[in-house]
Amino acid sequence: MDTLSRSRRPALGGEAHGGLAARLREPTHVVFLALFGLVAVGWVLVALDGGQFLTMESVVGIQQRSAALGIVAVGQTLAILAGSLDLSVAYLISLTSLIAAEIMAGQDGNIVPAIAAVLAVSALVGLVNGLVITRLRVHAFIATLGVALIIRGVVDHLYDGPAGKVPESFQILGYSRIGPIPVSALLWAGVAVVAWFLLSRTRLGYRIYAVGGNEEVARLSGIRTGRVIVLTHVLCSVCAGVAGLLLASRLGAGAPTVGTDGGYDLESIAAVVLGGTALAGGKGGVAGTVGGVLLLAVLDTIFNQLEVNSFVKDVVRGVVIVIAVAVYARRIKGRSA
Amino acid sequence: MKRALPILVVLLVLLAAIAVANPLFLEPAGFLAFLKRAAPLVILAAGQYFVIVCGEFDLSVGSLVTAEVVIAARLIDGDDAATWPVIALLIVAGLLVGLVNGVVTTKLRVPSFIVTLGMLLILSGAVFLWTGGAPRGALSEGFRAFGRGGLGPVPWSVLILLAMGAAAIWLMRADFGKTLMATGDNERAAALSGVRVDRAKIFAFMLSGLAAAVAAILLGGFAGVSAQVGQGLEFSAITAVVLGGVVLGGGRGSVLAAMAGAFTLEALFTLLNLYGISGALEFTVQGVIIIAAVAAGAIRLPRKFTPRRGDAHAAS
Repeated sequence: MDTLSRSRRPALGGEAHGGLAARLREPTHVVFLALFGLVAVGWVLVALDGGQFLTMESVVGIQQRSAALGIVAVGQTLAILAGSLDLSVAYLISLTSLIAAEIMAGQDGNIVPAIAAVLAVSALVGLVNGLVITRLRVHAFIATLGVALIIRGVVDHLYDGPAGKVPESFQILGYSRIGPIPVSALLWAGVAVVAWFLLSRTRLGYRIYAVGGNEEVARLSGIRTGRVIVLTHVLCSVCAGVAGLLLASRLGAGAPTVGTDGGYDLESIAAVVLGGTALAGGKGGVAGTVGGVLLLAVLDTIFNQLEVNSFVKDVVRGVVIVIAVAVYARRIKGRSA
Repeated sequence: MKRALPILVVLLVLLAAIAVANPLFLEPAGFLAFLKRAAPLVILAAGQYFVIVCGEFDLSVGSLVTAEVVIAARLIDGDDAATWPVIALLIVAGLLVGLVNGVVTTKLRVPSFIVTLGMLLILSGAVFLWTGGAPRGALSEGFRAFGRGGLGPVPWSVLILLAMGAAAIWLMRADFGKTLMATGDNERAAALSGVRVDRAKIFAFMLSGLAAAVAAILLGGFAGVSAQVGQGLEFSAITAVVLGGVVLGGGRGSVLAAMAGAFTLEALFTLLNLYGISGALEFTVQGVIIIAAVAAGAIRLPRKFTPRRGDAHAAS
């Protein structure tokens, strides 16, 4: 029980952590503070440039741009919290976008089977990832990289370019919105809430934190650690599959490069860590990840509005990620290495 | 040597399989061509080994190789007189990138996965910003000689590989190697017994940067200037190191085995080509074999050593 009580869970309305000052020490809260700071800075910069920052258009843009990365990052959070990580999500997204579009083939009636197939395939890939890591004792880095290569080979072998067709009714997922809120953002919010509930309200959630905090202690306290790790990988891959569905609906077709072009593997890991989740596992939560993804999206929007060169964007994004994590590291220094 | 044994056996089997499919491989010219092709990856793997054995990652080497080649082409711009100054500059740049990686990792306590990921973004963005999207300029003949030319029948790259490999083995036998190994095994214990942990790690990152610079010089000569020259090399290098039985998380494995892992990876590519496995499916076969090889290596571990936390999955 010791690990369970020590592992930090996402604080809920302060019930677990007392005052405001104490809560601000949590990286998961700092990221939202940084987000507000960035919005303020962006507002000033764009205003100086003669533009208007938070227009309806840009808010919708931020939500739409972040939805796919956000869904992947929520899944990645689960794997990272359990002390693992998943580098195969980018190729899996490409694969699932192709599966979705090929099965739908422009027919409304095929939407349900296509979704079922995507979820089944992604769950299977997650199962393979998890079993290779736990049963074959291959380091997650190598295991998921190997699975990524396997998927890449299959996708590259079968496809040269976009394939399949998504019916118009399915494109609602990518383009429609209810008031100011895009459907894709609602989907992301739904995934995030489910993951949050899983982590903070269910037994599996506590086990994930325990395994990520100290696998040996978790095992000795009677947790089937292998099973927990496999489950997080299945959930992570299913999230990638959902992101693949979303991207297929936005493109109107499946594309063999949609996952890698988006850099969803490393970007999602960066977003999770930006949100204050420890890369070694056991600390952090979904709320921080949502903040991390929004932070990256706001940064992108500011650059777009200022018409900054896209290569500068990459440079600044790299610097921001490193600095942000350095700030967290300072805060938790002394508690644990 | 004992630790390198399993991977050396696998390597010999693969080389024998290549020789069966292509008898030319047994002749000096054929074998030297293989060594020449493998040299950049082997050097990168040696550099990555230093970082991995002290418990860190270096994801920036691929983009560093690209950056170095693109910088070299633009600065040399076909002028032979500029060759040596630019080579010196590339090596300094490689060491500097390693220094930054190391200092941010150790002093700011950012996980190296994130530091070097950030460096990857920064380097690829900065290079394209500087060149305006596509590589410009050209490498001089003198520069390309390192990747193409040779001393008599022996390619320069093979000689450089031998020198770098010998230096790496010597470094790991020296005090530095023991320091690095102790740091990776248990950082706190090492620090308490007087090891300057931070300094050892920074030095390891600088060696990885140096390896990337040398690999870039060889690849520039070998493959020419492109914006894709270093793409994916970081993953290949890490895979090679792990194939050699080096444990991610640090503290175990030999540099010789890491280099043998890189040779094995290269032999695998050669073999797949020989058997005409189509370009794309090559990735699939590669993925299966990497997982199988690492799994085969891991299965014996628990009996030989006491399992430690972090062996089974990520520790960084």
